[in-house]
Amino acid sequence: MSLSSWLILASALFCVGVYGLLTRRDAIGLLLSLELMVNGAGVALVAFSWAHAARFGQVFALFAMALTVVEVGAGLSLLILLNRIRRDTSVDAIRELQG
Amino acid sequence: MTFDVSGLILAALVLVPAILVVAGRNLVHSVLWLGVVLIATAAVYVRLAAPFVAAVQVLLYAGGVLVLLVFGVMLTRRVEGSHVPASRASPLRGLAVAVPLFVLLVQAIATTPEIGPPAAQVAVTDVGQALFTDFVLAFEVLGVLLLAGMVGAIVIARRRDPGQAGEGA
Repeated sequence: MSLSSWLILASALFCVGVYGLLTRRDAIGLLLSLELMVNGAGVALVAFSWAHAARFGQVFALFAMALTVVEVGAGLSLLILLNRIRRDTSVDAIRELQG
Repeated sequence: MTFDVSGLILAALVLVPAILVVAGRNLVHSVLWLGVVLIATAAVYVRLAAPFVAAVQVLLYAGGVLVLLVFGVMLTRRVEGSHVPASRASPLRGLAVAVPLFVLLVQAIATTPEIGPPAAQVAVTDVGQALFTDFVLAFEVLGVLLLAGMVGAIVIARRRDPGQAGEGA
């Protein structure tokens, strides 16, 4: 497997995440799709790091992982608060701030 | 652009559960398929000579984020038995963006000159030294960010008792 093969895998994983982000209406589904996208980016980063024998891709992938953990934690806490206020967590139904 | 059997098997192990995550009807099943994707991605990292990243992926993602998501599903949906229905919009708008994006990315990948498989690999000690010398500022800021994220998550999601008048920030 060459670098471009791994990059195609990373792109496919990212695009599956994009599809999920646009298709899912429940908030947890959005978080799952975001996870897929970040993992796709991580595969691309580590693949480049492997191809160049450089450290930066792996270090950046580690930082991206930690940032994603914070993002999921914050997103889930918001989701729990939202669920306490209203029963339905469909993101299309949250319209209080809309124009 | 070369392929081999083990790489294709790994790619299938990553992509097929990913499609099941986004196209599944059951939310709990989607979260569990995401767990499979995360572990398969760790296997990809091992294949790409990044064993430390793979170990952190399993610990942090499959062991941390997945548990967080399972808790999130269980705390926010009324679970009748184990069937938690997932709501989805029409797949057309998703495909209309994702497929052209993928085509664009593959075209960009195919038209750039190939960087051959490398001779030497990055050792884990190099990654560790980079984290503590070149990237030490980002590393420390990340620690502070994690603390802020934890405190923020607790503050956002805590229950506020209605009878406390003097509860300040």
